[in-house]
Amino acid sequence: MSAVLQNLVNQPYKHGFVTDIESDVAPKGLNEDTIRLISTKKNEPQWLLEFRLKAYQQWLKMDEPKWPNVKYPKIDFQAISYYSAPKSKKKLASMDEVDPELLRTFEKLGVPMNERAKLAGVAVDVIFDSVSVVTTYKAKLAEVGIIFGSISEAVHEHPELVKQYLGTVVPVGDNYYAALNSAVFTDGSFCFIPKGVKCPMDLSTYFRINTEASGQFERTLIIAEEGASVSYLEGCTAPKFDTNQLHAAVVELVALDNADIKYSTVQNWYAGDGNGIGGIYNFVTKRGLAKGVNSRISWTQVETGSAITWKYPSCILRGDNSVGEFYSVAVTNNHQQADTGTKMIHLGKNTRSTIVSKGISAGRSNNSYRGLVRIAPTAAGARNYSQCDSMLIGDQSAANTFPYIQVNNNSAKVEHEASTSKIGEEQLFYFAQRGIGAEAAVSMIINGFCKDVFQQLPMEFAVEATKLLGFKLEGSVG
Amino acid sequence: MIYQDSKTLLEVRGLCATVNGVEILKGIDLTVRSGEVHAIMGPNGSGKSTFAKVLAGHAAYEVTGGEVAFEGKSLFELKPEERARAGVFLAFQYPIEIPGVANSQFLRLAYNTMQAQRGRDELDPLEFDDFVREKMKLLEMNPDFLDRSVNEGFSGGEKKRNEILQMALLEPRLALLDETDSGLDIDALRVVAGGVNQLANKDTAVLLVTHYQRLLNYIVPDYVHVMESGRIVKTGDKALALELESRGYDWVSVEHRAAAGAAA
Repeated sequence: MSAVLQNLVNQPYKHGFVTDIESDVAPKGLNEDTIRLISTKKNEPQWLLEFRLKAYQQWLKMDEPKWPNVKYPKIDFQAISYYSAPKSKKKLASMDEVDPELLRTFEKLGVPMNERAKLAGVAVDVIFDSVSVVTTYKAKLAEVGIIFGSISEAVHEHPELVKQYLGTVVPVGDNYYAALNSAVFTDGSFCFIPKGVKCPMDLSTYFRINTEASGQFERTLIIAEEGASVSYLEGCTAPKFDTNQLHAAVVELVALDNADIKYSTVQNWYAGDGNGIGGIYNFVTKRGLAKGVNSRISWTQVETGSAITWKYPSCILRGDNSVGEFYSVAVTNNHQQADTGTKMIHLGKNTRSTIVSKGISAGRSNNSYRGLVRIAPTAAGARNYSQCDSMLIGDQSAANTFPYIQVNNNSAKVEHEASTSKIGEEQLFYFAQRGIGAEAAVSMIINGFCKDVFQQLPMEFAVEATKLLGFKLEGSVG
Repeated sequence: MIYQDSKTLLEVRGLCATVNGVEILKGIDLTVRSGEVHAIMGPNGSGKSTFAKVLAGHAAYEVTGGEVAFEGKSLFELKPEERARAGVFLAFQYPIEIPGVANSQFLRLAYNTMQAQRGRDELDPLEFDDFVREKMKLLEMNPDFLDRSVNEGFSGGEKKRNEILQMALLEPRLALLDETDSGLDIDALRVVAGGVNQLANKDTAVLLVTHYQRLLNYIVPDYVHVMESGRIVKTGDKALALELESRGYDWVSVEHRAAAGAAA
């Protein structure tokens, strides 16, 4: 790879600082006592402890998945601390009581914790290591019946809802990391949009890992009742450490009749250094159940961080005429590895799904798209359109596409398109010959390549995502 | 056209260059003054296209000797994009495709980069749209070109028109046209030549690299140079191009070797 491209793709990570804050960290190791400790710390009801223990028992019998196209040393689950929370003296009554050090941390990350802040149109639930530290706009949202806050609170305040839906989309024994999450999850966001309510603002969760030897296991549950709709955003960063941290989250979405959930992610976990040392293992299970007729679940993700990403936001299209969408940009650089894609499971009649995946590989990275489209015998008239495009930057990166298509109904229509392109010297020379420098050229090529996905992002996020790709693939860092 | 009070735009002295260690240019001398049109002809592999690419700063070519001054400044101290901003334009023989980037976006970025360089106002997308459509009319280009990806799926002739459109937008001081006539039918050739002639004035210069005399019926050169094995071996006026067409290149080569032998 030429020096120009090399310099362009090797930009420093801006969010790699550590917040110096006193934390309550559980001893390392995982056993039933750890789970009881977490449950006790969170003062949980018995049914939730049983949920956790059941998951733990299943996890013990499972093996780590070997099929992803990624390589990493075996994880020592006994070397991880499963609970880490900033110490606070009492329950926070208002924003003013949030530890100023935390406020500064999120200010630095550009997360609007202050409701009067510039990006004040978005309600945010902020998760720091294992706990939710603050949720903005709670009261205002409550006026229209929307419940938005940490899942720990929801367990106490709305136990019937949590109990009704938790684990219904991703069962406790679904897969190795989902089982682990179900056993040890510490916090996450909970969101309930009641019947007929269109959520008046975007809801958002910001995840921050701060403690070196801790894992982050958050659990998000979003329910949209009949005719409800919500747009939900998720952002994540972590400090730079030489060790790898495990992030094993579970996100469950439930959309009832005519409901609409749009879930957008900009993932920028620390990716490790240029030699592949450190970085987050991002092993995440995200799944939406389009349960009701005419319901819609839409995933949009911009994945730029993490040493390893293993993630397949999926849709189960159970309701007749329900719609599933997956729009993804996955960027890998240096020694990053990504195996990401989606599953579209068509069960209902006339269900429709769209998959648009854009993979960009630079450095020595390895970027795989893996996707399943399954049309069940019941899914008469189902349709799927998939488009998987890969772009290579330089000549040492790899891109792979693994599409799985299972069609069990003759009336279904499934289309798959794929392409691979490369940013090469000749393209950059062409731009240069028109007076356009390499940075602007790469930015223009990448933005053109990702256009179909960026269009799906809410506006603030689209701007953020474009900037993020800028930081990652250009030289514009100040 | 040759003007009495013209300034030297390009001064090439003893230029040598290699690609992958193989010497392609072996000492080129050439002076181009403002207002002039030069044609560089010669057989395949004589180094014509390499010469154009070296002037534009293509990274695959290593300059191993000689000097090139553009408006008195060394060209080799400038990066390719700086040369372009200084007014050196290369119309590519094989313009590369850039999928996903709309032609309109690309043209506007290039245009505004040059405007900024010249201390002139940049155009917003709407203003630029009006401006570029006028230019496209002159080149008889379909406005659909603006919405398509840069050069993607363009025919050979469409790509060449797109190059000339860029030249018209960027108004270079020195235009290097690398076999712009190849693959064009006679109508396209007329249109492309018209575009080049529009640009030519007493402050600019054109260097045409071509195989055939055909283009020179439309763009009349002040000088015709014949390249062979990485050197300019003969220089004449437009009559030389006609002579080359009727007699081929061999006689030039024979004459040159005889002269070289006599000198030695």
